[in-house]
Amino acid sequence: MASQTLYDKLWAQHLVTQRDDGSALIYIDRHLLHEVTSPQAFEGLRLAGRKPWRRDANLATPDHNVPTTLKERSAGNAGILDDVSRIQVETLDANCESFDIEEFRINDERQGIVHVVGPEQGATLPGMTVVCGDSHTATHGAFAALSHGIGTSEVEHVLATQCLIAQKMKNMQVRVEGKLGLGVTAKDIVLAIIGRIGTAGGTGYAIEFAGSAIRELSMEGRMTICNMAIEAGARVGLVAVDDHTIDYLKGRPYAPSAEQWPAAVEAWRDLVSDDGAHFDKIVELDAAEIEPQVTWGTSPEMVVNVSAEVPDPAGAADETVTQGMTRALEYMGLSAGQKITDIQLDKVFIGSCTNSRIEDLREAAKVAKGRKVADNIQLAMVVPGSGLVKRLAEAEGLDKIFVEAGFEWREPGCSMCLAMNADKLGAGERCASTSNRNFEGRQGYGGRTHLVSPAMAAAAAIEGHFVDVREYDYDRGNAREMSA
Amino acid sequence: MKKFERLQGLVAPLDRANVDTDLIIPKQFLKSIKRTGFGPNLFDELRYLDEGYPGQDASSRPLNPDFVLNQSRYRDAQVLLARRNFGCGSSREHAPWALDDFGFRVVIAPSFADIFYNNSFKNGILLITLDEETVDRLFLETEATEGYRLDIDLERQTVTTPDGEAIPFEVDAFRKHCLIEGLDDIGLTLEQSGAIHDFERGHRAARPWLFREA
Repeated sequence: MASQTLYDKLWAQHLVTQRDDGSALIYIDRHLLHEVTSPQAFEGLRLAGRKPWRRDANLATPDHNVPTTLKERSAGNAGILDDVSRIQVETLDANCESFDIEEFRINDERQGIVHVVGPEQGATLPGMTVVCGDSHTATHGAFAALSHGIGTSEVEHVLATQCLIAQKMKNMQVRVEGKLGLGVTAKDIVLAIIGRIGTAGGTGYAIEFAGSAIRELSMEGRMTICNMAIEAGARVGLVAVDDHTIDYLKGRPYAPSAEQWPAAVEAWRDLVSDDGAHFDKIVELDAAEIEPQVTWGTSPEMVVNVSAEVPDPAGAADETVTQGMTRALEYMGLSAGQKITDIQLDKVFIGSCTNSRIEDLREAAKVAKGRKVADNIQLAMVVPGSGLVKRLAEAEGLDKIFVEAGFEWREPGCSMCLAMNADKLGAGERCASTSNRNFEGRQGYGGRTHLVSPAMAAAAAIEGHFVDVREYDYDRGNAREMSA
Repeated sequence: MKKFERLQGLVAPLDRANVDTDLIIPKQFLKSIKRTGFGPNLFDELRYLDEGYPGQDASSRPLNPDFVLNQSRYRDAQVLLARRNFGCGSSREHAPWALDDFGFRVVIAPSFADIFYNNSFKNGILLITLDEETVDRLFLETEATEGYRLDIDLERQTVTTPDGEAIPFEVDAFRKHCLIEGLDDIGLTLEQSGAIHDFERGHRAARPWLFREA
């Protein structure tokens, strides 16, 4: 057989039927659900008198609307003060109950951001197809699972048929070779990639992230990278299986039983791109050249090195880009030539499906340890990705480090990544955020978002403005070896 | 699904690249559990001068006079002319629901984001990709001519300007077929239930660890 890419293999293993016109039916192994994009799909099923095709493929948890303060959370759904948000969460509960779908409810310790929960439970496995009504489903590709976001009509389609109508994407390989500098993380790699190929650079492609710098990353780091493939326009991000993948999954609740484990591992070992496999596009980055990244604008591609200045729209490639940059500078309240490290901040958010896993919290805690949040920072919050991440962090004493430094330690959820709950920026407020999107209004009406890594966000909280963590005095240790 | 065959529609120009779905419909409106009623909040942050919230009466809100859809000449537009990478970001299907609810049936742009592209076709909205040069020209013509309309014929795959110039466009055969016939995807797929069951049996035999229940 001809050499295949990892994506080609995953596609072939799930192809049910292929039509002459290029569209195909692919089989879906895992369907993750949350409260925002599922209610209309369940309603559609109900109206048509349909039932889920396969009960055990589905797993649900509320995440977008849930409050993150202990006071509200301790009251369960009743603690959700916004009526519309509460109804949405209650609707998920009711739908899961009536359609017999497993759900981790608001105060179940396994609840959390759906893209943190899936891998943590071992519900995301190599060789699976994973879909969810959420664009950051790309996260699960870190496990060599063909994973992508879908719309609500497709959520209904998957529930009813266990399949998706799809078209094969093109293959792109992004190769990151070499050794990352100290203090430079997976988040900086992916922001640098987006800066290079642009926010539409991956449209129509499945991107496989490869190279020695990717192999070196923990599963948490790989999830951060695949998570933001969509910010480069690619619905799918992938990393091949290796020992990190297999070690991470062993013993997780939904992982294969001891009896099935050897056969599963043997099959997973083949989930790599063959030598000589054809990629339609290859992009190469030198890890050693990547600096900590900071976005300055209103699209993730508007990103520069922390040592740089805010760019000048006059230097843009064409009129449309110049217009976009000018509008972004105005919205962000910045001017060309301003040093990134001079940008003063109002709030700091450490969390989201990009950066709320244990390794992210450890990195941020190392920076925060023994220090205090700067006076000009009105709120610095740490929101763990799941109840289990929270428990582990607390067992390691990370919560105490954060609280002593002046950070708020919150309950798990999507929180201020998209501000559907009460955690949001006010108009004009500027935030260093470990999330994934700096769109206008994303973190709150008129709010200004700068995307950074957890270490960069923590350092910004301490200093009140951006600093280069490479020059910051903290115990970097080796987070990779500590990975859970 | 709503059928789409042919439309002679008024065109509105949205001169901005990388319009993300957060901009098309902000997050606070995603709390609805319905598919309808998003029209008044389409492009909410561009359209109004205040912050919107769900359940509010939009008619009393201050409009941004500079926003294109607030200009009376574009109020009944059914065709949105846009720039590259339209619909990027979040997978929210609320974006095409809001466009549809406002009255748009067609969006023309040099490129679209993948998830938005799928979601739009599932809701009977036709997305047409034309090269940058042609889109530039359509922008100039739309802005220069009040009441500028385009004749969009899906069967023939053409966009015809008021001058009678027919610009061809590509669309994949399956999506075109579904749109013209107004077909329900789920119904179509369930016609292949036998093939799905067969696949599932083989898949389970080869990779039993993917199935938690016997």
